[in-house]
Amino acid sequence: MITTYLFYFLSFLAIMFALMVVLSKNPVHSVLYLVLTFFTIAGHYVLLNAQFLAVVHVIVYAGAIMVLFLFVIMLMNLNKETEPHKSPWLKFSAAIASGLMLIVLVGSLKGAETIIATNPFNANIGLIENLGQCLFNDFLLPFEVSSILLLVAMVGAVMLGKKSIK
Amino acid sequence: MALETYIIYKLILVVLVFAITMVIAMYSTYAERKVAGFLQDRLGPNRAGPFGILQPVADAVKLFMKEETIPSVSNKTLFIIGPALSLLTACMTGVVIPWGTSLSFFGENFSLQIADVNIGILYLFGVVSIGVYGIMIGGWASNNKYSLLGAIRASSQMISYEVAMGLSIIALIMTTGTLSVGEIAAQQHGWHWNILIQPLGALIFIVCAFAETNRAPFDLPECEQELVGGYHTEYSSMKMGFYLFAEYINMFISATVISTFYFGGYNMPFIGRFVHDPNWLALCGVAFLFAKIFFGIFFFMWVRWTLPRFRYDQLMNLGWKVLIPLSILNIVLTGAWMMRHEILNVFIK
Repeated sequence: MITTYLFYFLSFLAIMFALMVVLSKNPVHSVLYLVLTFFTIAGHYVLLNAQFLAVVHVIVYAGAIMVLFLFVIMLMNLNKETEPHKSPWLKFSAAIASGLMLIVLVGSLKGAETIIATNPFNANIGLIENLGQCLFNDFLLPFEVSSILLLVAMVGAVMLGKKSIK
Repeated sequence: MALETYIIYKLILVVLVFAITMVIAMYSTYAERKVAGFLQDRLGPNRAGPFGILQPVADAVKLFMKEETIPSVSNKTLFIIGPALSLLTACMTGVVIPWGTSLSFFGENFSLQIADVNIGILYLFGVVSIGVYGIMIGGWASNNKYSLLGAIRASSQMISYEVAMGLSIIALIMTTGTLSVGEIAAQQHGWHWNILIQPLGALIFIVCAFAETNRAPFDLPECEQELVGGYHTEYSSMKMGFYLFAEYINMFISATVISTFYFGGYNMPFIGRFVHDPNWLALCGVAFLFAKIFFGIFFFMWVRWTLPRFRYDQLMNLGWKVLIPLSILNIVLTGAWMMRHEILNVFIK
């Protein structure tokens, strides 16, 4: 019962903070609201018994990536004068495109109700032992491939960041 | 255990840990000046009360009485949130620390750890990584170039050293095989201290802890000669006090984490021979943990008043080009040592 209330409370907060990310005028405020959104999503992970995922989500997104975002935005010191003004045609086409997107989403979610989960819900699946077993036994190849992808991205960033390439 | 007793016991433990943290942080400011005085052949504070032991109280009164200024060009909400967030994240870490084994009264067992979560190390790490926000928000909201520079220095330093810290913890997790802080402390009974198993990892962790707490020789964020006061230049009164207090709490927590991870936590060899009653044994464990913590805090101060400050490029070179490769080497060596039988088998065949 309490988890249901918590779910609604967290969902309300998540949607509210996500809206504030878009609606707030100050980019620094937007970043801070995004951090709060990540916290509420981490709360959802805890409700699903995935504590490991929740903590890693906070460490990686709120603790590392958003700090870098905040860094860049603070240094750029954006304000109203430097904000580019979009033409009304662009806003009009954006409204139409997002409206179409909404219809597609509604259409695809309409049939989603009949899907039944193949595996019964396991309360311990989010614990780190089970996650490790799952990653290193069942999904070893995708795991290693994605780590190579990250390595390639890192090497690429270092290459681009270098001043001169001999 | 009945639910009411459980809640009351946990509440008492939380309040106790919070109070102890506050008192130790308060007296760390006094100890810092006494240690500085000792190392520089001075007396240190000796006016307020006998041996100056009321000095922290006098400081607190002074900070409360000072005029509180909020710069008119600053972002007021964030300006207030900054120091509050710093203090909050500093206080949050004490939850997963095992302060002792457990006491038993009236047939009930009371663990001296507030929450033994199975991902305790990651929780600690998450709170540390959130700690940057207090400084960044405060520095930016002040709308002052020196504050912003201090905040950027602080956060880039903390991000850089978090990487090496995380990698040194991974080697520790490999040898202990658990993410629970309580289990790590329990494993180190007798002489099985982790520093003997992970000497390099412990060294890296301690260096990174100095950088994470923004203390000398890594106190670049607030170096007075270059930045006036760093990220808290515009702060006055108790908001300034919050930032300074958060630094001392972080120092206390760092000393606690170092003692728990690498120096045996509440364990002390040979104590089982002299004390047999489990309750007294648990209390002795608490006393030993605090003795280790106090030595850790003294070590922090000793280093501060002995070593000069790094230059900024030296700091970044040390973090990225020395500590991170060393901690990766540590992981590889640990892994090779753990798999030594398998590796030897391959060579023999």
